[in-house]
Amino acid sequence: MDLLSNLALGFSIALSPTTLMLAVAGCFLGTVIGSLPGLGPSNGVAILIPLTFSLGLDATSALVLMTAVYYGAMYGGRISSILLNIPGDEPALMTTLDGYPMAKRGRAGDALVISGVASFVGAFLATIGLMLLAPVLARVAYLFGPAEYFALYLLAFSTLGGLASNNQAKAALASCIGLGIAMVGIDNATGMPRLTFGNLHLVDGVDFLVAIVGLFAVAEVFFFIESHGRNSSIGVKLEKVTVPVRDILASGWTMLRSSLVGFAAGVLPGAGASLGSFLAYMSEKSIAGEKSGFGTGAPKGVAAPEAGNNAAAGGALVPMLTLGVPGSGTTAVLLALLMTLNITPGPTLFADRPEVVWGLIASLLIANFVLLAMNVPMVRVFVRVLSVPPAVLLPGVTMVSFVGIYSLSGSYFDLLLMVGFGALGYVLRKLDVPTVPIILGILLGTHMENALRRAMVLSDGDPTYLFSSPIAAGLWIFAVAGFVAPMFLRRALRKPRAADA
Amino acid sequence: MASDRVFGLVVIIAALAYIAGAAQTQTSFMSDPVGSKTFPILVGSVAAVCGAVMFLRPDAGPEWPRPRALLSVAAAVAVMVAYAHGLKPLGFLIPTAVAAAILSYQITPRPAFNALAGAALSAALFVVFRYGLGLGLAPLPKGWM
Repeated sequence: MDLLSNLALGFSIALSPTTLMLAVAGCFLGTVIGSLPGLGPSNGVAILIPLTFSLGLDATSALVLMTAVYYGAMYGGRISSILLNIPGDEPALMTTLDGYPMAKRGRAGDALVISGVASFVGAFLATIGLMLLAPVLARVAYLFGPAEYFALYLLAFSTLGGLASNNQAKAALASCIGLGIAMVGIDNATGMPRLTFGNLHLVDGVDFLVAIVGLFAVAEVFFFIESHGRNSSIGVKLEKVTVPVRDILASGWTMLRSSLVGFAAGVLPGAGASLGSFLAYMSEKSIAGEKSGFGTGAPKGVAAPEAGNNAAAGGALVPMLTLGVPGSGTTAVLLALLMTLNITPGPTLFADRPEVVWGLIASLLIANFVLLAMNVPMVRVFVRVLSVPPAVLLPGVTMVSFVGIYSLSGSYFDLLLMVGFGALGYVLRKLDVPTVPIILGILLGTHMENALRRAMVLSDGDPTYLFSSPIAAGLWIFAVAGFVAPMFLRRALRKPRAADA
Repeated sequence: MASDRVFGLVVIIAALAYIAGAAQTQTSFMSDPVGSKTFPILVGSVAAVCGAVMFLRPDAGPEWPRPRALLSVAAAVAVMVAYAHGLKPLGFLIPTAVAAAILSYQITPRPAFNALAGAALSAALFVVFRYGLGLGLAPLPKGWM
């Protein structure tokens, strides 16, 4: 059996003492990062990437460490959602809807345990799904030529952008900003510098890590300074933690259904974890009906979004590993990590570097059990993290970002660029222009252009070649539909806002 | 309303400048049907269209913070720019302590606490970066050591 031998290979790597230690350390660090208010998986992973390099890890170890941080942050995100009503990032938003009301009624411990178990179910099932689906998709991906890849990138931009903003023009603009930045520097095909506007620092292009840390982490600091951290002081005390067996058993089906919904949402290129937790919550709400008390502190209302977003986090790894197209902000950050490690995701990754793929999958399975242990019996340790005052935390995040970027190149120009991206991210988020498509654009820009150029070389400049194969045509249809549909669906699917504290 | 109109105009101007910049790319003897100008010009054009849509159909404006809060964000940008310039010539410890203390003050203004937080962060991060991660950071300005 192919799968079993691959898994055996994976576990032989994952169970080596160093890898195991890295996975545990990553889980711990990730949960801490996730539970810090204002820090979520994407900015948490972003500021750690540059530092990972200075550890001098090999590709598999670095990947295991960072995905453990990623999973950990997804678990940890619920802690600040439930106790402070502050989601660490967007996917954790739905957990505040029932988690915070539960905590206010003195059931904070129950909410944390239920959501911890739900996170485990979601993440575990998604990892199994990843294991089964990824190799299949990798085989399909062999059929992709440049025309198909061009259409696929377009699909990623249209679905991600379409959901990320309330205004399609702004979502499209964000993608263009990213693609535009990716074009700066030497053009690989001709060796000529482009769009450097005479600045020598720009000849090498803009490092995507600089943009990611600026847009995600530094911009967050500006938001905190604007609000003087006043949103962060309202908290709920955690009394004793027991395991509410009845509630967990009662939400068993909720967790399973939500995992499935979340996984499917995660696999869609560009859709990601926010959609997963949103769909899981909404569908459970409609199954349970009006009287179920969703929105006022229902245990199922905590279980559904947590299973959904953790399943989506696993699902989002499928397109990222097999096609090189990330399904969310955080997987975009992980793609950045792969690219800096010189690993090209895609079908060939499964054939050429099985130890990377299967080592990663096995580590994720192990990480899930570690995280369950950390997040249920040891949850108190992480609750303490919440008491770190923002006046210490945010300067700390800033300094870690600076040193991380500085350690990459030692150039003050990159630091200035990072601050610039931070300011840009602050203004854009104020104007409801999403920042994740910018990252996606910077990461995929060159690939997208190369796909277009190769397609045109193959077809001698005939643009109809771009839609000529059935796969490409199908992707184009989905891309257009994904961009247009939210305009009509927006009213029906209006996102519920987090309840005011 | 006004925010989106202004932003739309800025986007259009920036996109036109970008297109102009792309059009000046030097071509080389190696060329393909698409060339190195087409894609950037395409991206710039789409961005310009987006800017025009924002200008013509603006959303309701965002809640801009009060001038004082905006000023403190601007001050934070200035601190970070200064920090970026100072990190190399002045070493790690002093600029980090100062910058962290100022940022800390901007979040919760309690001077004694902020100064302490800055100094502690600077020292703790230096130990982690230098000895934990092995980064080659100079602790103090050149010539002091």
